[in-house]
This record gives sequence, structure tokens and C-alpha cells, in this order.
Amino acid sequence: MYNSSRYLVKSMRSFVSHSSKNNCIVNNRSVNNIGSFRNFATLATPNVTAKEETVEKPQEKKPIYLDMQATTPIDPRVLDAMLPLYTESYGNPHSKTHDYGWTSNELVEAAREQVAKVIGADPKEIIFTSGATESNNLAIKGVARFYRDKKKHIVTTVTEHKCVLDSCRHLETEGFKVTYIPVKENGLIDLKVLEDAITPETSIVSVMMVNNEIGIIQPMKEIGKICKAKGVFFHTDAAQAVGKIPIDVNEMNIDLLSISGHKIYGPKGVGGLYVRRRPRVRLDPIITGGGQERGLRSGTLPSTLAVGFGKACEIARLEMDHDKKWVKFLYDRLLKGIQENVPQVKINGDLDARYFGNLNVSFSFVEGESLLMAIKDVACSSGSACTSSSLEPSYVLRSLGLEEDMAHSSIRFGIGRFTTIDEIDFTINLLTKHVQRLRDMSPLWEMVQEGIDLKTIEWDQEH
Amino acid sequence: MSNKTLQLYRQLIRESKKFKSYNFKEYSIRRVSLGFRENKNVKNSEELDKLYKSAEENLQMLKRQTLINSMYAHNKLVVEQ
Repeated sequence: MYNSSRYLVKSMRSFVSHSSKNNCIVNNRSVNNIGSFRNFATLATPNVTAKEETVEKPQEKKPIYLDMQATTPIDPRVLDAMLPLYTESYGNPHSKTHDYGWTSNELVEAAREQVAKVIGADPKEIIFTSGATESNNLAIKGVARFYRDKKKHIVTTVTEHKCVLDSCRHLETEGFKVTYIPVKENGLIDLKVLEDAITPETSIVSVMMVNNEIGIIQPMKEIGKICKAKGVFFHTDAAQAVGKIPIDVNEMNIDLLSISGHKIYGPKGVGGLYVRRRPRVRLDPIITGGGQERGLRSGTLPSTLAVGFGKACEIARLEMDHDKKWVKFLYDRLLKGIQENVPQVKINGDLDARYFGNLNVSFSFVEGESLLMAIKDVACSSGSACTSSSLEPSYVLRSLGLEEDMAHSSIRFGIGRFTTIDEIDFTINLLTKHVQRLRDMSPLWEMVQEGIDLKTIEWDQEH
Repeated sequence: MSNKTLQLYRQLIRESKKFKSYNFKEYSIRRVSLGFRENKNVKNSEELDKLYKSAEENLQMLKRQTLINSMYAHNKLVVEQ
């Protein structure tokens, strides 16, 4: 700390006028933020600095967390499994010459088995990656590139996660053809359309299992059947599904399946890819090197993360029934609460074929982002975390055929293992209060109350 | 419930309450009582031994994790008193 601040002070001296060691006490925050350094250094007098350090903010209460699709907290049981590897068992799992390596290797292999079990696979078919994004990239680019000589066509859907869509877009620049299948109003794909989209040129079909924004579950078994009959590989992004709904890769005829660690109460930075061995699916690896993970993903395994990921999978498998019951109970409570207290809401996505930990609601005549600000005591989002910095309406909701205004007014609530009844009731109360308040300010809402059909209005500006 | 089991149950609940994190605390209490309720009719001694052993392991885990949790405690949540 001391060294780094000295270094910064020195290096900044050229444009900071009065910086000496005494009046320029660099705190943690400004060390990380060179941009604000200049401001800080010129303004800071010894007095101000002392004041800043002693005056504590009054204890502000933290918002409750209802954004389980973005990420989940680490289960204490997972952390408990990981800590021994952060303290004592630090060996490289690939070291074959000493006890440190063997111990690490054993732990990692046990984790691999735990991951395999949750999707009904063989441990040898699991590859550890850095997360579902890497898994999706590896699966799609890997298969497409390996079979590029004979097959140059990929089929996917429009509601996929960005990392699938972007991988496909990338492949398009390499000369592949990609078909993006539309979805019906409930978010599910039309199996007939999928079947027709597959050509003899198609190498891989990628359809996500549970959608991250609207929570709907695509008919995996049926898609698997079609893919098997047509002889194409079937990849699914199951980041939001693993451990939450029952999965069996053999029963569903899945050839490749992506898993994420941090969506199932495990650590961030780790995930897995299931790659079928019989019949064998071959991949062109993206990362090459030491040949770890069957040569498909070189690089030293993050043994700690892998063990945490394995433990998270095991807990998810053992607790699936409990979690499902609890999540459904809270989902029903939230849905009922919203429907009873807030008029004119629309639930996005199919009501039955869904994972109940996700409730995506459009509040008509309320702008989603302003509602999010109004209910800042509830941490949730208007779509996926990856796109939450842009104000564009969600492409997933738009592809369901939602009008722009409805897509703009949607909020996604994520319920999980650690969510409580009090949190749900708190959310309902807050929504009841603020949706009405925001609508009272909206001229559109007023017009609707007066019985004017908004579609008949001719707006001055063309857009 | 035998005395031994009851004692273990009480210890688990007591330990659960030591979580500073609201969500972990609530879950832990809920999960412990659910687990004991679900298995209250188990008579098979082999199975009882297994349950007892896993509950004891969980107790050790809770002791470690509640301590770690309290060391990094944050502000309370809006739903907490």
C-alpha cells in the first residue's frame, strides 16, 4: 500500500502542484482510480483528509437481492469446500510427481464427478472452463470449425444469450451460414421451423435450455430427438438450468451442454462443458497449450474454483426438490401479490414451461429504468446483466413480439434458494406503491383512464 | 426425538442464528428444521446413524462458516429489524 501510493505520488507529480507526502495521503479508493487522483490531490488538505477518514457514514441498509439470473451468492457449504484449497491444498492438479499434486488432482476429479452427476453424464465427458461464455464459445466455434470442410451451417434461436449469438456472428465472418430461428409469443420455438431449418449442411444446433431473461424452458427432449434423427450435434446453453430443473443428457439427446458455476451458488470464473464421448463429438479447441482437459482446454485447472463448482453441483442435485418447492412457493406469492395489487401487468414468457425462479413482468405505462430507480431497495434488473448498461429494450422481449413500450417497462425478478417470504412481501409493497405513483405522473396513463385508445393517437413526430 | 438428536438440533439452530447475513441465517434455520421434520419417522438405525453423522458434519461446517460470515459482515438489509 505504502509503496504503491509513493509510486503514484511520484508519477503524478508532473501535473499535481502541491503534492507532498504529508498532505497527499492516498487512500485505497484513489489508488485504484488514477483518473480522480488529480482532483483528490489538489483539493486534499491535511484537515479534509483527516475528516474524511474519521467521519463514518450512518449505517445505510442494503437492498434485498432479487437478481438471481445475474448471479447467485456463494453457498456457505461451497465456500467451506473451497477454503482448504486456498489454504493448504494448493498443489497443481496436473503435477504427477508429488503428494501436493495428487491431493489436488483427487479433489478436482471428485468435483468432476459431482458436475457429471447433476446432468447424468460420465465424469470423463466434463471439461472445466472459465464459465458458460467460454463453454458456449468452445462448443459452437469448436464444432463448427472442426467440421467446416463438410458442413458450414449453424442453427440457433434469436433469444439465445449474447455469447452464443456473438459466436455465431463471428463464424459468419469466417464464411459460415447461420439460421436464427424466431420464437413464438410465449418464447418457445416452433419445432417444425427448427426441423425445416436443419439442412444436410448443418453441423450444430444450439438452443438454450432455460432463458436467462424470461425463464422459459425450451422442449429439450423434442429438439434432441429432431437433432438425432437429422444427424446434427445438439448444443444447449444450460447455465440457467443446471441444478434447477432435472437434466439427463442421454434422455434429452444432448451432445454438448454448457454450465456456469456462479448461477448455482458456486464461485465465479468457473464453468463446464459436457462433450459427448459416444458417439464422439470432436472440437477444434480455442485455447491450446499443455493439453489439459483432453486437449480441449489447455491451462492449469483452477482447482479451488473447480472444487467449489463441484460442491455447488452436488448441493444443487441433492437440494433440487427443496429448492424447487421453495422457489415455486415464492414465485406464486410474488405473482399473486403483483396481480392483485397492480393493474395492467403482463407476464412475459410461457406461464407453464418455465423455471419459476424467474418472473419477468411488464408494467404498462411505466418506464422500466425509472421503476428500477424507484424500487432501489430491491436489487433486480430490466433484463440481462450484460446489457443492463444500455437503455435499449431487451432483444429477447422484442423477439416475443412485444411492443417497444412494453419491452421498455419490463422488470425481471430472480428468486432463489436464499430468498425469503419477507423479501417477496417487501417487493410487492414497494411495487404497489411506486407503480401507481409513476403512473399518476404519466400522461399516457391518464389518457388510458379516460378511455382513449393509444393506438389511435397520431403523434406529431414520426419515428 | 432422542435426547441426543434433540441436542444436536438445538446446536444446529443456535449455530445457524450466528450468521450475520440475513439470507444465510433464514435459510439455515429453515433448512435445519425442515431436515429434522422430514426425517422424524426414520426408525432404521443404520440410516439414523448416517443422518446423525451428516448433521454433525454440518454443525462443524456451520461453526466455521458463521465465524467467517461474521468477520465480513455488511450492513443490514432493508427487510431486517
